[in-house]
Amino acid sequence: MSATAVVTGIGVVAPTGLGAAEHWTATCRGTNRIAPITRFDASGYPARLAGEVAGFVAEEHLPSRLIPQTDHMTRMAIVAADWALEDAGIRPEDWPEFGMGVVTSSSSGGFEFGQRELQNLWSKGGQFVSAYQSFAWFYAVNSGQISIRHGMRGPSSVVVSGESGGLDAIAQARRLVRRGGQVMIAGGVDASICPWGWVAQLAGGRVSTCPDPQLAYRPFDADAGGHVPGEGGALLVVEDADSARRRGAHVYAEIAGHAATFDPAPESGREPGLRRAIELALGDAGMQPQDIDVVFADAAAVPQLDQVEAGAIRAVFGPRGVPVTAPKTMTGRLLSGAASLDVATALLSIRDQRVPPTTNISAAADADLDLVLAEPRHGAVDAALILARSYGGFNSALVVRRHTEGKP
Amino acid sequence: MERRVVITGIGVIAPGAIGTKEFWALLSEGRTATRTITFFDPSPFRSRVAAEADFDPDLHGLSPQESRRMDRAAQFAVVAAREALMDSELELDLSMDPHRTGVTVGSAVGATMGLDREYRVVSDGGRLDVVDHTYAVPHLYDYFVPSSFAGEVARSVAAEGPATVISTGCTSGLDSVGYAAEVIREGSADVMIAGASDAPISPITVACFDAIKATTPRHDDPARASRPFDRTRNGFVLGEGAAMFVLEEYERAKARGAHPYAEIAGFATRCNAFHMTGLQPDGREMAEAIRAALGQARVASNQIDYINAHGSGTKQNDRHETAAFKASLGSDAYRTPVSSIKSMVGHSLGAIGSIEIAASALAIEHNLVPPTANLHEPDPECDLDYVPNESRTWPTDMVLTVGSGFGGFQSAMVLGRVT
Repeated sequence: MSATAVVTGIGVVAPTGLGAAEHWTATCRGTNRIAPITRFDASGYPARLAGEVAGFVAEEHLPSRLIPQTDHMTRMAIVAADWALEDAGIRPEDWPEFGMGVVTSSSSGGFEFGQRELQNLWSKGGQFVSAYQSFAWFYAVNSGQISIRHGMRGPSSVVVSGESGGLDAIAQARRLVRRGGQVMIAGGVDASICPWGWVAQLAGGRVSTCPDPQLAYRPFDADAGGHVPGEGGALLVVEDADSARRRGAHVYAEIAGHAATFDPAPESGREPGLRRAIELALGDAGMQPQDIDVVFADAAAVPQLDQVEAGAIRAVFGPRGVPVTAPKTMTGRLLSGAASLDVATALLSIRDQRVPPTTNISAAADADLDLVLAEPRHGAVDAALILARSYGGFNSALVVRRHTEGKP
Repeated sequence: MERRVVITGIGVIAPGAIGTKEFWALLSEGRTATRTITFFDPSPFRSRVAAEADFDPDLHGLSPQESRRMDRAAQFAVVAAREALMDSELELDLSMDPHRTGVTVGSAVGATMGLDREYRVVSDGGRLDVVDHTYAVPHLYDYFVPSSFAGEVARSVAAEGPATVISTGCTSGLDSVGYAAEVIREGSADVMIAGASDAPISPITVACFDAIKATTPRHDDPARASRPFDRTRNGFVLGEGAAMFVLEEYERAKARGAHPYAEIAGFATRCNAFHMTGLQPDGREMAEAIRAALGQARVASNQIDYINAHGSGTKQNDRHETAAFKASLGSDAYRTPVSSIKSMVGHSLGAIGSIEIAASALAIEHNLVPPTANLHEPDPECDLDYVPNESRTWPTDMVLTVGSGFGGFQSAMVLGRVT
């Protein structure tokens, strides 16, 4: 259990861009990609904004036989995996098949595919349901399709824990590397911007109904009124550090620490689990709070949840003790894709020594929160903490740290 | 010295058996729980049989609000988790530290029943493309994200450690327990409430398996519809259910005098990277998973006393799996009893892996191997000892249980008697 897991490749398909380079440029500029929904007629719904991935044409990237058998989110995930491998300089055919695996996270599966087949079932009859329905919508589909595409036959998994899953999947990839895996594709890509997925998300009660794209998703703001859903995410190549060194690969950072916790019942009077997740992740990394240069916040934009997060950060780091940012204000929350995208952004922050800003708000409601606003902040970024929480009480915290040879 | 992980509590909801005791009675007597579908009119479908659980949420301790909030699969998971906790005699308020207790629930298809039912309403029977949000139930989000299953179980047992759902199709039930064991081994928790649940018997599931002819079209003899390893097998029988366990770090379990059913001695998973639903006949990747699980357990092939098979009863699976046993265990494959409990309780997708872990642990507990029911006509391609129709008294210290599923996942777990 001593092998170090490092990230050697990033693949992004997000509202902020197709590919990590586009995403990083748009994110540092603070480009808002929240806009009125174009994928269906949302005029009859109380919420009509989303962070869509514009310009993604699956047919440009994937063989035609994959199109009828995949949901939109799977197409994005396959492309993100392709790009992550390309970035890492890995040709899977050159690697041992049982040394490569895939750990994806999915919050809700291929919901758009599912809606179409449910409609076929109920409007026309069972015999009109697609032969691909048996796997196109289910939560394991992205891991399965990516493993098939690249001949990855090693240990693989699918972790479903809402937004937290985007971190938990990367942590599971680290586990599998420590158990002898060499190369893992890891992370989350989600998309449920279809009427059926939209209605389900509305039912969660946390979607902002504000019609103004600049004001709809304002975490930590006094006027926070919920989030805007988005689609997309990021997949990473998580690799054994020795393997990366041997082949002279560029290493973004190492996966240094992780912890997941679950909240006690609200009526219990016990403290929510986020602070403990942060402390455990730091402990797992063997790091102190002062070693963290930036926190990528979960940024729920529900006042009570924002207070819990700001409180947990303050409890660990002290008042204004660490820069905090939430670039997901540009994309909306991408379910499990959000946290993975934040990890990708954190890796790029370490690479370029620059923290991207939180948009849409002018000041944090909590004066103790040192929120990076308006402009990117330049300075030493050697380690980042990424936080994610999910509906129901899930908390996850992941630490990435600049990798230096010879350090454990 | 690596931390060891043992099972100290078992809870089962299975077709024909609510609770571990009824479950073991069903298996050891070789009874089948497959029948003509009663949940909806199955007549428009190709496959019309299923293994349904006679589960009443009121009778099994769920409050009216819990019943309303949770999909049937979440209900199974919570009730099975409570039984497991009771069985483990782990006193919540005394020796169980919420911070050191986590949850994993495996599920292949999440809240399918709830989603199918609610879609029909918000779309008004499929008529509306832009579905009507004003008809959505307030807990639709819980169906949307199956992570709610882990949340419900965690809240129900007051766990505050790591919680997640593992969803690797039909290996979810093995992978969930394997994942939980790893969390204990690495020291992130001391106790994990782990297992799996699925309740997929709804029109959309039946239709999608009809579309690829994976389920049996045999409906003239429902009780004998599931025929793993038999020459006349022609598809699996959809099932439902859950099994949840209390997994504990061994020294901790020993110190409190808990009864350990079995140790999770080895676990491994591989992918076939071949096809989302198809299998190659050689069973190569499953064989690799078996070898890796035996390796982790430091167990030789001749030490395996019983193989709890995936045995779904499809033409391709049973052949694939038989080949995998031969490739990984060599001549020992012929000497080792193999059986599929799916012959009795059907194939509950992600749940069945955990239900089969329960069967494996109970086989060790009782030194009895459950049979493969409905096996009357041997298939020349399936030529191992499948324990046909009647259970067998058999010294059982070490069990191999395997799973195979859509997406290409192949998993293997070794369970051993704690000595």
